[in-house]
Amino acid sequence: MAITSIKNLKEFSTANDRFEGAHLLCPGCAHSMIVRELMNCTDDNLVLASNTGCLEVSTAVYPYTSWDTSWIHIGFENSATAAACAESMYKARKRKGTLKDPDAPVKFVAFGGDGSTYDIGFQWLSGAMERGHDFTYICLDNENYANTGGQRSSATPVGAHTSTAQAGTHSYGKKQKKKDIVAIMAAHGAPYVAQLAPNKWKIMAKGFQKALETEGPCFINTVSACTTEWKFDPKDTIAVTDLATDSLMFPIYEIINGHELNILYRPKNVIPVEDYLGAQGRYKHLFKPQNRHVIDRIQNDVNEFWERLQRREEARI
Amino acid sequence: MAEKFELNEVEVWDGNYAASQALRQAQIDVVAAYPITPSTPIVENYGAYQANGYVDGEFVMVESEHAAMSGCIGAAAAGGRVATATSSQGFALMAEVLYQASGMRLPIVLTVVNRALASPLNVRGDHSDMYLGRDSGWIQLDCFNSQEAYDLALCAFRIGEHLDVRLPVMVHQDGFTTSHKAQNVRPLQDEVAYKFVGDYVPVDDMLDFTRPVTHGAQTEEDWHYEHKAKQHKALMDSRKVIDEVLNEFKELTGREYKRVESYMMEDAEVAMVLLGSSVETAKLAAKQLREETGLKVGIVSPRCFRPFPYDLIREELDRENLKAVVCMDKSAPGGAMGALFNEVSAAAYSTKARPIITNYIYGLGGRDFSIDEAKRIMTEQKAHADAGYITTNIQQFSGVRGPKLGFFDTRRG
Repeated sequence: MAITSIKNLKEFSTANDRFEGAHLLCPGCAHSMIVRELMNCTDDNLVLASNTGCLEVSTAVYPYTSWDTSWIHIGFENSATAAACAESMYKARKRKGTLKDPDAPVKFVAFGGDGSTYDIGFQWLSGAMERGHDFTYICLDNENYANTGGQRSSATPVGAHTSTAQAGTHSYGKKQKKKDIVAIMAAHGAPYVAQLAPNKWKIMAKGFQKALETEGPCFINTVSACTTEWKFDPKDTIAVTDLATDSLMFPIYEIINGHELNILYRPKNVIPVEDYLGAQGRYKHLFKPQNRHVIDRIQNDVNEFWERLQRREEARI
Repeated sequence: MAEKFELNEVEVWDGNYAASQALRQAQIDVVAAYPITPSTPIVENYGAYQANGYVDGEFVMVESEHAAMSGCIGAAAAGGRVATATSSQGFALMAEVLYQASGMRLPIVLTVVNRALASPLNVRGDHSDMYLGRDSGWIQLDCFNSQEAYDLALCAFRIGEHLDVRLPVMVHQDGFTTSHKAQNVRPLQDEVAYKFVGDYVPVDDMLDFTRPVTHGAQTEEDWHYEHKAKQHKALMDSRKVIDEVLNEFKELTGREYKRVESYMMEDAEVAMVLLGSSVETAKLAAKQLREETGLKVGIVSPRCFRPFPYDLIREELDRENLKAVVCMDKSAPGGAMGALFNEVSAAAYSTKARPIITNYIYGLGGRDFSIDEAKRIMTEQKAHADAGYITTNIQQFSGVRGPKLGFFDTRRG
């Protein structure tokens, strides 16, 4: 049953599930919420590909699988290529008449964490976007290599402590800014690009549906709060995500055809980033007097980015 | 339906063109590829077929060789026929995914136009890339000329896609000496070729929505070992299917191929074991040497590099008259004896005859291998045979500038 006919969260929680509850993701991990929502927002058949990462290692450990649909994992970097070329095979077989059920509707979706999307799989993703395959790529962005114990990626924000960009007596954690993957994907001329969050589940479902219905390569960056590496209580996943979206650390917006930017969520009360940072252990060190300047920098960056998004929305360029 | 391609009974094709014609005739569903010298013309030719309606599958020009093989895997798991081509650095970039293709038991056909591996950068032919693939779990077939590059590409689909095999297959030809050398080739007509290759039979098809499949699961110490053992067994057992397919091809065309080719071995006193286009040079050298000096030289050439034909190599070398064997490795050995030497020696160790075996490194980076050079090396084997022990270093470099280069002596009589 697709999400269009699901009225509320209670119905959603009992909806037919092609992503089985039995998996090995951490309690409180947002990955499963996002994946489940993607799979519940369409009744079409799905061909899914996953990069190596938390989602993959937790859902397909032989002899078990959590996937009640076609699913493939090859390596750390190539889910985009796997989904894209499965889509090419679909086109070829449809043309040649070798599909078992040629009329069955199907959608091709690739998943990757931020490590495999922003870093190691960046080239494969870029290539698949440029070639124009009809597929959707979803990044489950938890801002670090969580599967291997929390190393920095190019999605890790300024000031976060990770095991390879540590906070210490001589360091406040990661020094470099997070890569703007949404802008990069929009610059590929992709017909639909968005940043979405699971706390705003109706907006997310709508965005997923738009991506699946849009012909061509679509990209969605989803915020996936990581209880283990962000260091918060597993019960607080959605609360922390609320702080992320309401502080505008994670603005929710879409970009159509590379230039039509629409902000999809405007918090009624924008909260200071300090509230978001303070809810997570990975930013604990920023509250020491010598690091307060980093919080100021983050707030400043967030303000500037939000301003830019609004101006782009207005200008439509 | 693709346009019919008119072919003459005899065509003049280089190895690349021969390989691309075989791909066209196999009616591949998806070719995912990336260009690299010297295999580039294969994908260029395929692009021309596509632009002119001679193929009706998808042609995906990806952004790297790693993506080419990744794409082949994704496409193969979606239940259709898949092929690509590469060389050298591109092959090295693919290395990670080669193991995944074989571990996932996907019958992809990869034409490898053999070329040296950098550094120093070199576009000419040697067997460094072929050797790099030897533990990747693929079947590796070796062609000595253009005709074989065509014939064995057709056979590769039959072998890899066979339900008892289900493994990817590499078809190797030598960069430039085969890939860019035009020769007479006798092709099959399109319908005959396709009938031989047959329709693709999907297994664990991602596009069969009545039966969801999970491809590329994870295993640790609990199951990994069993998977790899089973994969190795499939590779070893593929020998039977390879023999059957080659036999069937012989019945169709009259052209006979064996997992190990041999030439004048019946009465041979010394033998040269080698791969690729050098086999043809060695055959001429052996024939001339027999005529000129009476030295009885034979040639042994593994046609099937993986699964390595220990059985047939042993048979070829277990001859009372055979005294000395030289294994020719066209790849920088990287601190060891050449790979062919190691494998042939291992096979020969369990023979009754136990001939003396030495190793030559030759032809690196496309350095020419001449008939005279082959004769000189063959003649040197006669010295070992007469002495009853190895009279030189066990491993030597042939045709390299500077002082004579060799390693290890033997005290074995």
